Amino acid sequence: MFYEVTLSLIGGFVTTIELFVLTLVFALPLGLIISFGSMSRHSVLRVPIRFLIWIIRGTPLLLQLLVFYYGPGIILHTNIWGSGDEGRFMAALVAFVINYSCYFSEIYRGGIQSIPKGQYEAGEVLGLTKSQIFFKIVLLQVIKRIVPPISNEVITLVKDTSLARVIAVYEIIWSGQAFIKSAGIIWPLFYTGAFYLAFSGLLTVLFAAIEKKLEYFR
Amino acid sequence: MSLLSVENITKTFEDTEVLKGIGFEMNQGEVLSIIGSSGSGKTTLLRCLNFLESPDTGTISVNGQLLFDASDKGKMTEADIRRNRLHFGLVFQSFNLFPQYTALENVMLAPRLLAKEQGNLKDKEEEIRSQGEELLRQMGLSDRMTNYPHQLSGGQCQRVAIARALALKPDILCFDEPTSALDPELTGEVLRVIRELATKHTTMIIVTHEMLFARDVADHVIFMDGGVIVEQGLASDVIDNPQNERTKKFLSRY
Repeated sequence: MFYEVTLSLIGGFVTTIELFVLTLVFALPLGLIISFGSMSRHSVLRVPIRFLIWIIRGTPLLLQLLVFYYGPGIILHTNIWGSGDEGRFMAALVAFVINYSCYFSEIYRGGIQSIPKGQYEAGEVLGLTKSQIFFKIVLLQVIKRIVPPISNEVITLVKDTSLARVIAVYEIIWSGQAFIKSAGIIWPLFYTGAFYLAFSGLLTVLFAAIEKKLEYFR
Repeated sequence: MSLLSVENITKTFEDTEVLKGIGFEMNQGEVLSIIGSSGSGKTTLLRCLNFLESPDTGTISVNGQLLFDASDKGKMTEADIRRNRLHFGLVFQSFNLFPQYTALENVMLAPRLLAKEQGNLKDKEEEIRSQGEELLRQMGLSDRMTNYPHQLSGGQCQRVAIARALALKPDILCFDEPTSALDPELTGEVLRVIRELATKHTTMIIVTHEMLFARDVADHVIFMDGGVIVEQGLASDVIDNPQNERTKKFLSRY
């Protein structure tokens, strides 16, 4: 039985990890673009982006998953997600990417705005271009400051992936819960917990290493 | 011909007119000190010279070449401004060193990026490095080259900042209250290196509250109050024997 449960949970966990990794791959850079938009001098850009961030951060991710999955079909009468498991996974991924990039964008914005004006001015008087100032001077200082809040979000994401089951993405908790019905046993649920703990433990160690790596300057 | 010629600079922030028509000239190898109380506009003037602020009116010329003319600001591109900036160096009150780079890397960063842009970083790398090391040696920091800013004292940081500004060989090196953020015991070491630069005829504009230092090191002094130049002349004349009432009142506090 243990072997059977393990296999089934690993199957669910692969989906969990896929959703986790792909969300980060897209949301981390997209968040940077959104943060630039939210800091733009032009209100035509800034206002709608701040509005989007408010909507996304102000409503439950669970609700967003449902709206993203069912919305297009019901409102536009077209199934943009494709059919079956893959379609549901796509819908979940898009919802996660948009949700997390909004959270990341606010972390980036905080980090970028915390860099003293003097850093930019020192770069300017040395004749550096705006992009040289950002990439050679500001970026690493921003990264150092945002590692702790980003690690918080990333660990939250590990657990948030379980919400995807609401649109029937077969992630690990779905796999564990199946045994309650089929075999009348509860311990596979605790077993899923062990997967989450191990994975978030790994991430904690990873982020601690990154923080340590950036300790050489202040 | 004078090295720097500044004419009729005005600058208004919101409703406050900070500079009300500043004009002066200075020669190659000269040290000019700008004194005056806080809010007199001296820092804003320095920031205008370094293109951190854009004056509302006036012109700035170096070596007879018109660098800035407020009447056709619109035509200036970012590249123009960057090129113009290289005539000036600026040392800030709060150092503004880049924390993730060592002292030497702080000094080498801008020359390296410039060489990279011109496509000859490989040929110049050695030269840039030895020049950076030489500058830090001049600043008395031979044993601090690989230290990060947080490992240095305020006085050491400011000397790195001076070396960093010198690395681009500016025509005119500007100092914005270079010792105001330092403890009295660290002030001396920074003033010493500025004094040394003066003996080598480095053209400098120094905004400072150190009156004795200004009198000793500067050739000329400008006293500013309320956004105008109230009095200017030889350092010893202005500081020891001020003519204007406002200058007398200001100096009586020192």
